[in-house]
Amino acid sequence: MLDNAEGYVTEDGRKIGGVVMEMKNITLRFGGVVAIKDISFDIREGEIRAIIGPNGAGKSSMLNVISGFYVPQEGEVWFHGSKRPPMRPFEVAQQGIARTFQNIALFEGMSVLDNVMTGRLNFMQTNILQQAWWKGKAEAEEVENREAVEKIIDFLEIQHIRKTPVARLPYGLKKRVELARALAAEPKLLLLDEPMAGMNVEEKEDMSRFILDVNDEFGTTIALIEHDMGVVMDLSDRVVVMDYGKKIGDGTPDEVRNNQEVIDAYLGVSHD
Amino acid sequence: MGRRKRLAQTQSGAEGLHSLPALLHRNATQFGDAPAYREKEFGIWQCWTWAEAAKEIRALALGFLEIGVERGDHIAVIGRNRPAHYWTMVAAQMVGAIPVPLYQDAVAEEMTYVMEHCGAKYVVCGDQEQVDKVIEIQEKVHQIKHILYTDKRGMRKYDHSQMNALEDLMAEGQAGHQRFDAELDKRISEITYNDTCVMLYTSGTTGKPKGVVLSNRNVIESAKNSAIFDHLTRDEDILSYLPMAWVGDFIFSIGQAYWCGFCVNCPESADTMMTDLREIGPTYFFAPPRVFESQLTNVMIRMEDASKLKQRMFHHFMAHAKKVGGKLLDGKPVGFGDRMKYALGNLLVYGPLKDTLGYGRFRVGYTAGEAIGPEIFDFYRSLGINLKQLYGQTEATVFITVQPDGEVRADTVGVPAPDVEIKIDDKGEIHYRSPGVFVEYYNNPDSTASTKDAEGWVATGDAGFIEESSGHLRIIDRAKDVGKMADGSMFAPKYVENKLKFYPDILEVVLFGNGKDRCVAFINIDLTAVGNWAERNNVAYASYQELAGHPRVLETIKAHVEEVNKSVAADEMLSGCQVHRFVVLHKELDADDGEMTRTRKVRRGFVEEKFHDIIAALYDGSESVSTKTEVTYEDGRKGAISATLKIVDAPVVPVAQHKVAAE
Repeated sequence: MLDNAEGYVTEDGRKIGGVVMEMKNITLRFGGVVAIKDISFDIREGEIRAIIGPNGAGKSSMLNVISGFYVPQEGEVWFHGSKRPPMRPFEVAQQGIARTFQNIALFEGMSVLDNVMTGRLNFMQTNILQQAWWKGKAEAEEVENREAVEKIIDFLEIQHIRKTPVARLPYGLKKRVELARALAAEPKLLLLDEPMAGMNVEEKEDMSRFILDVNDEFGTTIALIEHDMGVVMDLSDRVVVMDYGKKIGDGTPDEVRNNQEVIDAYLGVSHD
Repeated sequence: MGRRKRLAQTQSGAEGLHSLPALLHRNATQFGDAPAYREKEFGIWQCWTWAEAAKEIRALALGFLEIGVERGDHIAVIGRNRPAHYWTMVAAQMVGAIPVPLYQDAVAEEMTYVMEHCGAKYVVCGDQEQVDKVIEIQEKVHQIKHILYTDKRGMRKYDHSQMNALEDLMAEGQAGHQRFDAELDKRISEITYNDTCVMLYTSGTTGKPKGVVLSNRNVIESAKNSAIFDHLTRDEDILSYLPMAWVGDFIFSIGQAYWCGFCVNCPESADTMMTDLREIGPTYFFAPPRVFESQLTNVMIRMEDASKLKQRMFHHFMAHAKKVGGKLLDGKPVGFGDRMKYALGNLLVYGPLKDTLGYGRFRVGYTAGEAIGPEIFDFYRSLGINLKQLYGQTEATVFITVQPDGEVRADTVGVPAPDVEIKIDDKGEIHYRSPGVFVEYYNNPDSTASTKDAEGWVATGDAGFIEESSGHLRIIDRAKDVGKMADGSMFAPKYVENKLKFYPDILEVVLFGNGKDRCVAFINIDLTAVGNWAERNNVAYASYQELAGHPRVLETIKAHVEEVNKSVAADEMLSGCQVHRFVVLHKELDADDGEMTRTRKVRRGFVEEKFHDIIAALYDGSESVSTKTEVTYEDGRKGAISATLKIVDAPVVPVAQHKVAAE
């Protein structure tokens, strides 16, 4: 089913397009430690793709390879039909990939609005002098970008904390602000590193709804790492399962759930 | 001068203004460039002038004709305060339909009854959440023909054969205007003063909600009289944030706004209300006591975090304001020195504080719905904020009594509003007659007959008396709640409950004792105030339930009860109502669980039945009680919480001899 280049149709009737990103035989080593071992999978346009696995399975490393932060020793990353050369993170961002972090990485002293505005960096053309002068071009640019940011603030329902310094916010809201900043970059591919970690049930429900809405409303392709199996199974269209740096499963949530190797990895059957 | 002149202008040409569409037409032609609606969207206040609003509303009315709305159809409106929702109501009137605003936080089950009762064929929903509810209701109520929605978010995947976005409907109406213009003008011209303007459901502390039918006459006469009473002009700014289903919001945001031609400002979302309040700085404001209480609590909490110098300045000048601020506002004589000191205080403390609260331009405002604590009331008045009280009902189109400027007191609700007659019957129940008296309860002639007599007098269900010295009305309690203790002395629960609720730590109280020899009480703590106290005193707690049961919290509440008992004992008539024993409940009383109405009034009978085990324990002398309570979550799911509650004995003041009431 997945070999066909035109994509597929999900259970709830969404059309998934062709391959956006393809990982081919990726191997990543830190000295003698092999974090990722010969893994291949693809991400298709418009889908929600999850990467799951027990602690230390190499999920975050995988996400860092996708985001270009780590360069694998072996294997190739294909993005939009061309092989991606090693690049620096800001170049990856320019290609239309945005992410959130497992440990929130916001500017604590700045307001929510300013934090989200930083996500618009790639849309700003004025230089530092023009911005210092502000009148004219920089002003017009700020107004234009502010409008885009306000639409995201409205979308994620964080109007009431628009002017609040991030340091004063509770954890769940900070996570939402991080998502807002990533969305402000208008990404083609959105990477979420454990978006629900440390949240209570209600916050998880809210976040799940926002992820689905983002995918639905903007058609954004989303790749996420998540610990909470229930959440992953409900949200994602396809799931990659990793264990000890190897891929042990890949398919729809139902296929993965019934995969003996996956069950073993999660229930802790001894290796060897 | 300028103000008076503008008022006179609004008054002239009153002839023929017998409907809201007619008032809209007058406003759009006489001062079409003045702002009529503002709404904060995407961080910026968007503005519509009267001329623009008139255009939008007409487009909407044309859209209604397009989907086949007939005269007399009911159109339900469920959503937060937004210009589009107010426009919907006026557009509905234009085509001869009847708008029925509903509480947006009501669960599907409650809404089903109302929808079925009014037979609404069209429903306007604020967003996806409300649409989902209506679709659920449609399974049982089959008359709903068409759903419209304001916010397009998340709506793309729905079946749109019987569903449209409001803005698409407007665009379609606009496009098809040649076909419907004549029909629309005909329908507008046919509206009479006696036609139904709106139907509002009362929350009902007992039984099912009732649909109160208000005519154009009710709404326009009430708006006119109250506007003259408070010299409202078209320069006012109001913030519309109270539920649209509540009669007060309809009168302020539509009735008075159309009559005077002032601007209605809608907040960005429910959570941003306080920020928006500050940005708008309304000149005319309305809020239930709860809003003022929580604002005051926030001020006090934040003052505790302020620097020593600021704290001293605040307390020094607030003490002075308490002494002379109220007198200055009432225009009573105050010495020169005190005046100068007040002016200095205004510069340093009162002015900035008012500005922070959003009351910098406050000219006149009301609190109603519940009694307000005298300290809270005086706090705002001493700052120079002209906060007053009124007494009203849906059935009266709000106004029964109001406090005139200069005669404002915390313990009365004022004199009869213009054109309102009041009488107290021999049982002490208040009756009134006015141009605002409702037409009928929809499809409920029995209730109409038992509430309104042939001469147009309406029974309020409240017991009270007119104070001879001032002519002001004082409310004692709901007539049916007033009872007798076993020894024959008067039992008036509200009196004691209000005294207790004036403590910031206490959110809600329910007093029991009718027919018994002594009184007992349920108490809800206020999580904001008590939580803040806990933080300061290093009291750790994991849940509301744990905090509510904390021994030190119980100790504090006990002290409050003791003080209230002392003050109750001083009242000759009600000294029997002292609280002998109480429990602090493990959950907040909630409308979702049916314990309160949507306007947050306690359903006494329901609470008594639901927690009968706790009441029994309060009377049988046991030291604690184990109980299990069903709770409903916001999404309608149900669960149960169990708890063991400690029962506290409160010290009471011995009273030698009760004066027996009514003798």
